[in-house]
Amino acid sequence: MKKIYVNEEWCLGCHLCEYYCAYANSGIEDMAKALKGAAINPRIRVEGDNQISFAVSCRHCDEPLCVKGCISGALSVKDGVIEVDQNKCVGCFTCVLSCPYGCIQPADKGVIQKCQLCTNNSHGKPVCVQGCPNKAIVFEER
Amino acid sequence: MNYVIIGNSTAAVGCIEGIRQVDTKGEITVISDERYHTYSRPLISYLLYGKTDRERMKYRNNSFYKDNKVKTILGKKVVSIDNKAKKVILDNKKSVSYDKLLVATGSRPFVPPMEGLDDVKNKFSFMKLDDALALEKAIDKNSRVLVVGAGLIGLKCVEGILDRVKSVEVVDLADRILPSILDVTGAGMVQKFLEDKGVKFHLSDSVAKFEPNKAHLKGGAELDFDVLVVAVGVRPNTELVKEAGGDVNRGIVTDTKSQTSLKDIYSAGDCTECHDISCNQNRILALLPNAYMQGETAGINMAGGNASFDKAIPMNAIGFFGYHVITAGSYDGKEYVEKTDTTYKKLFVKGNHLAGYIMVGEVKNAGIYTSLIREKTPLSSIDFDLIKENPQLMAFSRKDRKVKLGGAK
Repeated sequence: MKKIYVNEEWCLGCHLCEYYCAYANSGIEDMAKALKGAAINPRIRVEGDNQISFAVSCRHCDEPLCVKGCISGALSVKDGVIEVDQNKCVGCFTCVLSCPYGCIQPADKGVIQKCQLCTNNSHGKPVCVQGCPNKAIVFEER
Repeated sequence: MNYVIIGNSTAAVGCIEGIRQVDTKGEITVISDERYHTYSRPLISYLLYGKTDRERMKYRNNSFYKDNKVKTILGKKVVSIDNKAKKVILDNKKSVSYDKLLVATGSRPFVPPMEGLDDVKNKFSFMKLDDALALEKAIDKNSRVLVVGAGLIGLKCVEGILDRVKSVEVVDLADRILPSILDVTGAGMVQKFLEDKGVKFHLSDSVAKFEPNKAHLKGGAELDFDVLVVAVGVRPNTELVKEAGGDVNRGIVTDTKSQTSLKDIYSAGDCTECHDISCNQNRILALLPNAYMQGETAGINMAGGNASFDKAIPMNAIGFFGYHVITAGSYDGKEYVEKTDTTYKKLFVKGNHLAGYIMVGEVKNAGIYTSLIREKTPLSSIDFDLIKENPQLMAFSRKDRKVKLGGAK
């Protein structure tokens, strides 16, 4: 299946993916309105320094430790995409304990959030990838 | 193939999902003495807290049994296993035949003998949904609650009820709270946080004698209470396998295939012992993620597939009113400590490996540390100075990151 992959050597460290992610998951149609003055809590995070940088988001693992360890049954795999049902999540953070990549973050209201490849918002395709100016993240089969 | 599963919680669900990865046709029967659709045991405290409800705390959705073609026999207890005739006997004398059997009988509360305990009317354990429902009935805003046991179960119970009762006091023989997962410093921080919320602790102390509504502590204090919760510890339910002649130490002995010493009988979850790779010892690891993975491993192997559960380590994520604690591995080795007023981190390095860690207050990206323990990553292969500051992928080599993030094999 198609996943988000990182081309580390192309990453400029511009953090635009984080802003596109926050916009895509805001539920607001206009990007400027969605982001103006907002503190963002994106599902993709740029790691690194001035020399090396790269964007990290859910790997949608074939052996998902977060799903297997989820105490509430809120995390599940649907057509290869690891989804969270925030209505079932109790915010115990067992998934934060389990994820080898650090890809699960606290959301508002004491539950967790994670990248669902924009299948759960109105965009349908990863907006972070569309917004990356240098193809440092791509959405493809590998 | 005819699969029978004793138990209906995490390990049982893992087993069903494991079987169905390999065998979509075989008959699966789940037998449980609880009457309920599979639910998450650890969510009973969140039920009382109001963060979930009976519907949302179901561990799998309502069509789970139907979707996986599972027959359920609920409200019936298995009283013995006849491993020669390959059948289990129920408390109504009926029997159920199996080709492959999973014993996922879990554990039960351990209540030590305490003088006068029988005279206490309002006393509860805190493991099952029925325990939580009974406790909920017994409390109101005027209740003074005494909890014996400051471990994971006792303190999650405290969180669940604190805002619904008048007062909560906790007694524990240990010198600190959460002694199974925290050191003195970490425990002290969580204790202070809970004290600020109004919880009162009596540590290094125990109940000498109960009256119906009063506990006399060995240290001399007298505590009046309306409702008592006993959460001292749990014991694994190993009897069925032991009586059938299977190997049992403290828990049911299983190998990395989740198989017991008895032919065609597997076991998973809190009733078993497994191999803790962080300290290289067999021990009971009564943790939900391990129960699922042991159960799934059992299911795959029962159905003729090939799976191993060979990366078991202790690991816990627990939080109180938004203050989070994550721990994993064994607390053995050279220590590296970082502390602020509200956050605490301790790493344990043994030789070239991370053996364990404690994180309190700040738990971001903790799973990167967990992975170092699980995968036994040689610390010489990463930038340890960087990763000890913060768990991050930057500490790995570019080549490793190509595998982690770039899909390289």
